[in-house]
Amino acid sequence: MMNRILAKGYLWFLLALLYSPILIIMIFSFTEAKVLGNWTGFSLKLYSSLFSGGMHHSLVSAIVNTFLIAFIAASVSTMLGSIAAIGIFNMRNPYSKSIINFTNNIPIMNPDIITGVSLFLLFVSFGISQGFTTVVLAHIAFCTPYVVLSVMPRLKKMNPNIYEAALDLGATPFQALRKVIFPEILPGMISGFILAFTLSIDDFAVTIFTIGNQGLETLSTFIYADARKGGLTPELRPLSTIIFVTVLVLLIIINKRAEKQKKE
Amino acid sequence: MIKSLSRFFMQRRSWSIPYAIFLFIFVLMPLLLIVYYSFTDEEGVFTMGNFRKFLMHPEAMNTFIYSIGIAIITTLSCLLLGYPAAYIMSQKHFNVPKTMIVLFILPMWVNILIRTLATVALFDFLKLPLGEGALVFGMIYNFLPFMVYPIYNTLQKMDHGLIEAAQDLGANPMKVFTKVILPLSMPGVISGIVMVFMPTVSTFAIAELLTMNNIKLFGTTVQENIYNGMWNYGAALSLIMLLLIGIMSLFTNEEDNAQNESGGVI
Repeated sequence: MMNRILAKGYLWFLLALLYSPILIIMIFSFTEAKVLGNWTGFSLKLYSSLFSGGMHHSLVSAIVNTFLIAFIAASVSTMLGSIAAIGIFNMRNPYSKSIINFTNNIPIMNPDIITGVSLFLLFVSFGISQGFTTVVLAHIAFCTPYVVLSVMPRLKKMNPNIYEAALDLGATPFQALRKVIFPEILPGMISGFILAFTLSIDDFAVTIFTIGNQGLETLSTFIYADARKGGLTPELRPLSTIIFVTVLVLLIIINKRAEKQKKE
Repeated sequence: MIKSLSRFFMQRRSWSIPYAIFLFIFVLMPLLLIVYYSFTDEEGVFTMGNFRKFLMHPEAMNTFIYSIGIAIITTLSCLLLGYPAAYIMSQKHFNVPKTMIVLFILPMWVNILIRTLATVALFDFLKLPLGEGALVFGMIYNFLPFMVYPIYNTLQKMDHGLIEAAQDLGANPMKVFTKVILPLSMPGVISGIVMVFMPTVSTFAIAELLTMNNIKLFGTTVQENIYNGMWNYGAALSLIMLLLIGIMSLFTNEEDNAQNESGGVI
């Protein structure tokens, strides 16, 4: 009994340690004070000024850019990754199969900074000017491997005879793909999309190396530039709170989906 | 001709070709470029000068060693803090609710800069000075979930019968832990060590924020050189980091990949 209380207490202590910083930001997002740590009464002013734009126009455009990049990168990664997963799954040559699987794991294993530097060198070597397109390409590069990994298990679980049966019954390969394979891998594609979307929104290291210097900002680079100047824009507090809650909700959805898939 | 082409694309295995090309351009070629740049000078002539510069330059060398030191301290602290937590969560008789486990993994998915700013905010709030202490705390805070998760995973999959067998054969709790549980959880411990060590040794930006620009880590050195147009030297430093990490990841085993492929998202 004593042990159990001690054990639970330890877990709560660690959780308190992990969450105290983010909780402080959340609490002080509901007050107006410019300096964090001064409580000047409950207020939603920071939330409203975050969304009213105007003064913090650059923050708003950074948010828009972040979501736009994440949406494009996640969509393209999902398509590219799903097609690739079907292809890899059906490859017969074990050597080329393991080479492509190994290469697929490189962006996952590599630290962000190496991926960032390597893509930076790629773009400057070919004289491609850096901006929106290069960031999207870079994000596709590190998101697609995760899509491949989340679609692959669905393909492995699938009964291969169903596809053959569809062909025997007169379906064209395209019809068989659309009516047989696609519904089977759809859950994996959705998980892959959500994963790619969160990874892209979260990314800082790869973005900062590929964003160039034409004034394009994403949320991460905005926070970085802002923090380097020393003053934290107070609007970042409500923004962090919103992001934290959004990630929490997304994670719960992913988790529920994974559990449901396991039960199936 | 058209018919054979269309038949080629009908074969599902051909569908990996676009991705294979994509991987070559955006994964392999960039890595080869790092190697190319690190062994050449600005004119593209072969040289070992970039590496010589690193070895001769005491500041870069010191930063490198200091970063490894910070990474080792962070990794050990995460292991000491994280192992008991993972152990408690994996044992059924402690009856830890599933949401608590999710709560441990959740911070992994919040933007690292926001987490770092939150740490800075906490230190400001508690009126503690920023510096080495804040750096280590921030690193532990940022990377602890990466230690807890793999250890929890291996402990949870462990065959409980082995523990009971050890108990039946008269091992005391201490012996059960050191002779059965700890050795069986080593794969998780090793991948936890790699998952914490790799990001801590390669981070940039967060060290500057946590120490008000007073302490520089190796990642920052890489970033500064690339930013200041010293691509060749920056590439050489990246290659050194890549080698360090490559040596580290030799310790990971196949089990880690199996975990990834089973589609465990979080």
